Amino acid sequence: MTRINSPADLEKFRQGILSSRDSDKLCITLCSGSACQASGSGEVAASLEAEIEKQGLSSKVEIRKTGCHGFCERGPIIVIHPDETCYLQIEPVDIPEIISQTIKEKQVIERLLYSDPVTGKKIVHESEIPFYKNQERLVFGNNLKIDPKSIEDYLAIGGYAALTKALSEMTGEQVLEEVKKSNLRGRGGGGFPAGIKWEGARNAPDATKYVIVNADEGDPGAYMDRSLLEGNPHSILEGLTLGAYAIGAHEGYIYVRQEYPLAVDNVNKAIKTAEELGFLGKNILGSGFDFTIKVHQGAGAFVCGESSALMTALEGRVGEPRPKYIRSNIKGLWDKPSVLNNVETWANVTLIINKGANWFRQYGTEGSRGTKIFSLVGKITNTGLVEVPMGMTLRDIIFKIGGGIPNHKKFKAVQTGGPSGGCIPEELLDLGVDFDALSQAGSMMGSGGMIVLDEDTCMVDVARYFIEFLTDESCGKCVPCREGLRQMLKILTNITIGKGKEGDIELLEELSETAKEAALCALGQSAPNPFLSTLRYFRDEYEAHIKEKRCPALSCKELIAFYIDPEKCQGCGTCLKKCPTDAIIGGKKMIHIVDQEKCTKCGTCFEVCPTKFSAVTKISGVPVPPPVPEEERTVVKKSKEKQ
Amino acid sequence: MDNDRIDQIINKHQGAASSLIQVLLEIQSEHHWLPREVLQRISEKLQVPLARILHIVTFYKAFSLVPKGQHQVHVCVGTACHVRGASRIIDSLQTLIGIKPGETDLELKYSFETVNCLGCCALGPVLEIDGKTHGKMTPVGVADVLKNYE
Repeated sequence: MTRINSPADLEKFRQGILSSRDSDKLCITLCSGSACQASGSGEVAASLEAEIEKQGLSSKVEIRKTGCHGFCERGPIIVIHPDETCYLQIEPVDIPEIISQTIKEKQVIERLLYSDPVTGKKIVHESEIPFYKNQERLVFGNNLKIDPKSIEDYLAIGGYAALTKALSEMTGEQVLEEVKKSNLRGRGGGGFPAGIKWEGARNAPDATKYVIVNADEGDPGAYMDRSLLEGNPHSILEGLTLGAYAIGAHEGYIYVRQEYPLAVDNVNKAIKTAEELGFLGKNILGSGFDFTIKVHQGAGAFVCGESSALMTALEGRVGEPRPKYIRSNIKGLWDKPSVLNNVETWANVTLIINKGANWFRQYGTEGSRGTKIFSLVGKITNTGLVEVPMGMTLRDIIFKIGGGIPNHKKFKAVQTGGPSGGCIPEELLDLGVDFDALSQAGSMMGSGGMIVLDEDTCMVDVARYFIEFLTDESCGKCVPCREGLRQMLKILTNITIGKGKEGDIELLEELSETAKEAALCALGQSAPNPFLSTLRYFRDEYEAHIKEKRCPALSCKELIAFYIDPEKCQGCGTCLKKCPTDAIIGGKKMIHIVDQEKCTKCGTCFEVCPTKFSAVTKISGVPVPPPVPEEERTVVKKSKEKQ
Repeated sequence: MDNDRIDQIINKHQGAASSLIQVLLEIQSEHHWLPREVLQRISEKLQVPLARILHIVTFYKAFSLVPKGQHQVHVCVGTACHVRGASRIIDSLQTLIGIKPGETDLELKYSFETVNCLGCCALGPVLEIDGKTHGKMTPVGVADVLKNYE
């Protein structure tokens, strides 16, 4: 590839790409993000390539393996352009039919379309599916259009236009002013205004400065940064270069988890091609501005998502946070002014410079501008990544986009903000989601994890789960976090196994306050949030566990028992066959009994009992009724009884 | 792992002490664990005290100081998988292969780990063996999956 040396060269190059592309040509885009690959999109791709070759269509049909489309629940996803016909949950066996029917005959295959769960209506176009229709995909939308490994694809949709504009028409200061004016706030958790952070670094006296992408996305249940980095790496590189230009940095780093191999690959490839074409390196686009980016893989430590810990990890040391008497935009990586923002924030920078701060400000709420990508997971019908304007209500996100709770269960709460966040109950579903509203409700935006919990989820167990996670991930440097969390975990575990006692809640509150006030970094300071927010809204559950040894959600293993209702059991033997520990006593046409001594409470019997009988039940807080005497165990069919 | 290969990896990272973690990661991914001799070699070449290297390899989760089993069994315990019943999958695996998370069996057949979110929450609870994802797991399903690795 030849290097592009000026904005005019770039425009010529872009026109060359566009004119070589025929917008009427059939193009099959296949979601190849990590989540879809887990559901088999690799096999689908192979079979697609083979079938096209076999049917002699190679010159007529293009296959484009894109990044994550977001609708992971229904992956692997295929969209056929230019008609935008969307097929969901594709398996390799479907491919021959798709090629012969849709590609050759232009016939839509009904059974592969999205079917509206309420009306049963089939939907042909991806953008009309309710999951997509109610979103505002400013940042994430391009994932659907491009092959992340192809810089031509990125240029074809107007890529690197923001960089060209900044380098040829704006000064670094003007770029900074634009970002400040947009009031872009950090998408990684803190919500600190990016422009103000940048300004501090720009004004810092040191000549050497750094810009860093935080792609150490560690929150369990959140994967939007991975999907962006995997699906549209150039938009992150472009944003980072803009940031470097604004503050006067010439070196940048991307700190990405090694658990994200596809993201690492795609971003490395993107850097290489950007260097070849001259979007990175010396004298970018003939402007005289130099900038290089290095990728650093994280070795697996949640605390490294914290800014000062991340910077020590980048230096090749153990990632422990440091006290922040001096902010990292003044003294950060190797004691130089360093601007660290998360992946989604950098992607937003590209948009803001491209379309202007005023355009950006029309989205969102007064204090929180723009959109936010959430990963909507847990007990939700449409698991996936959703991008919505700030201020959209939780109810709209969970029910309109997410399709509500599966299996006719009742919504209980939504956990936002990862391990440092909190749980928001049903009463607050009409809360508009932005940085400030979530904090007021006792939770936080975090990086955008949104885990939906239904009536079967025990809130004490959720708090215990997060405290366990954080105890495990605590780096051990400061006492309130290292020792305090460990004690909190002990008490919470005791409560969930029926050993809770009076005064536990008060003690937990006291430990929480110490961690909040005295821990060194955000991990420890925010660690008590899951406990405090569940206590605030679900105190009755804590009390039921402690006082009655009862788990109201019937979830805590030590506090429940499985019991077969003799009135309902028809002696079908399904549970007996499936029980992994032989804890079920029964025989043909005999009422089955659970041997409580042998039962490991795995719940298999509860799941396999045919719904027409629903004889297996969970009980908590009351003793298990004694088994039916052996001589009375014969199943008497009700219909026969009447005769 | 021989010294030549270690030197090759170190040279690729220009032998800089700040690239210590990257060097260790590359060796870990090739060799699956970090024997003491390897760490000593790195210590000499990069001029980093062995104590500091050990501090790093015990701090980060990606490194292992003991040999790993033939099959890597990972159960996702991310929040989405947790609320969908990941702990039942762990219980079931523990019974079936006889080791706890974090352990490797004596025959070096399985290494069992829990991991924090594999990012395929739609498939939860997720079991991953040797990089292959098995989604929507149930305690009964675990036994069926394991049969493929007997």
